[in-house]
Amino acid sequence: MTNRLSAALEIAERSDTGLVRGQNEDSVLADARHGLAILADGMGGYNAGEVASRMATTLLASGLNAAFSTSAAHRIDGTTGQPFGVRCLVEQIEAVNSAIYRASGKEERFGGMGTTLVASVFCDDQVIVAHVGDSRLYRLRGDEFVPLTRDHSLLQEQIDSGLISAEEARYSMNRNLVTRAVGVDAEVDVEIHLHQVRPGDIYLLCSDGLYDMVDEADIRQALLTLGDNLEVLASHLVQMANDNGGEDNVSVVLVKVLREFPAAGGGWSRFWSWHV
Amino acid sequence: MAKLILSMDGLVLKEIPLRKERVSIGRKAHNDIQIDNMAISGEHAAVVTILNDSFLEDLNSTNGTLVNGQSVRKHFLKDGDVIELGKYKMKYLAEAVSPVEEAEAERSAPFRFESVSVVGSGGAATPSTASLTGVETANLPAAAIRLLSGSNAGHQLQLTKTLTSLGRPGQVAVIARRPQGYFLSHVEGAGFPLLNGQAIDSSARRLENHDLIEIAGVKMEFVLKT
Repeated sequence: MTNRLSAALEIAERSDTGLVRGQNEDSVLADARHGLAILADGMGGYNAGEVASRMATTLLASGLNAAFSTSAAHRIDGTTGQPFGVRCLVEQIEAVNSAIYRASGKEERFGGMGTTLVASVFCDDQVIVAHVGDSRLYRLRGDEFVPLTRDHSLLQEQIDSGLISAEEARYSMNRNLVTRAVGVDAEVDVEIHLHQVRPGDIYLLCSDGLYDMVDEADIRQALLTLGDNLEVLASHLVQMANDNGGEDNVSVVLVKVLREFPAAGGGWSRFWSWHV
Repeated sequence: MAKLILSMDGLVLKEIPLRKERVSIGRKAHNDIQIDNMAISGEHAAVVTILNDSFLEDLNSTNGTLVNGQSVRKHFLKDGDVIELGKYKMKYLAEAVSPVEEAEAERSAPFRFESVSVVGSGGAATPSTASLTGVETANLPAAAIRLLSGSNAGHQLQLTKTLTSLGRPGQVAVIARRPQGYFLSHVEGAGFPLLNGQAIDSSARRLENHDLIEIAGVKMEFVLKT
């Protein structure tokens, strides 16, 4: 099944310090073989933000890979009726949260560190998307470009409550204030959703360094124009953010679905879905 | 006496002289400077003043403390430093100044650093509002591609979008419009575009006026409108 996944998914990633910040506190991790794409945007003084985001991506990937070696991500969980990957992602992010929280309590220089996190698991023609904070996942399907995540940020709350409009939000100074983060508290509230995947879809995971600096319309245009070459596309997205000022670290992970990837043993369910 | 000038969106809210050795800043009521806003932690930061020197310390706040756009844990404050907590700004003014200058500084302080970011003088990391796409390329001269061969020979294609793709399935290239100019890159296909007769590699190439480009057998000229 893993072989099939790496043939079905093409992945490119970039992470760049930008032009203003002294260090890169973002971290990205992509693994086509296991269908994983993870992006984290760390915060905290000194290099604590870097430590938190790096811990988040690496610990989450190793935790998920260990869990999925015992049970496949797509297998329906008896108690929840949802794929095992859903519960697993939540549990693993909770574990990562505890690890970062403990580390920040133990070492004074890591005090108060935390990170945003957006993670996707591709399995059985689906993608499971978990997020905490204001890093996003977008999908391009045909020419429709939409975010599949909603920021856990003060700004999003203000938009939701009608305090300011989405248009005004572009000028808000509140853009980077998150209401949820991984590692800042003993517990974390993970938002999780399941989406059907289609061949031709392009998924974009990105930090606020991209969408704060580049209009969504221009991001969409880039995906539409450069979608046939993910490496060029990834570089171009980072370049656009830097051309516009590069005020923050900017990171992207791009996942293109090349073909369907039904789970092994899913042949029967596919057979049934044809005939029912 | 050193002081902090608290402002939001360019409006001065308060002037705070640093009379005490330790001035605490936070959302909760017991702080010396209380900022009642969700983005501010209960105990967010403190300024410790020893003789003429002041130090800013972030108290492990959730959203952090910035000085001149950089996240800090502990920072030695210098005259004119701009501290940011959420959407609030505090300008640190170190020196005892004459009453006239003081009044002057008070009036112009919040506006001065706003205008600096527009003019772009004053150097380093002045926090500015979001740069929006299009603004930066406003000064770039317009450009076009003139087709020299193929069925549409003679036609011109204006390069107004941030990305313009050229070619046909099997060989595709793009021209990116950037603040530094126009750049040609290969996107797809076994064949790479020719620039003045030479195949380009996988890196982007900056275009000069009257450069000749050949993509998928079609010849074209890059023209800058000056």
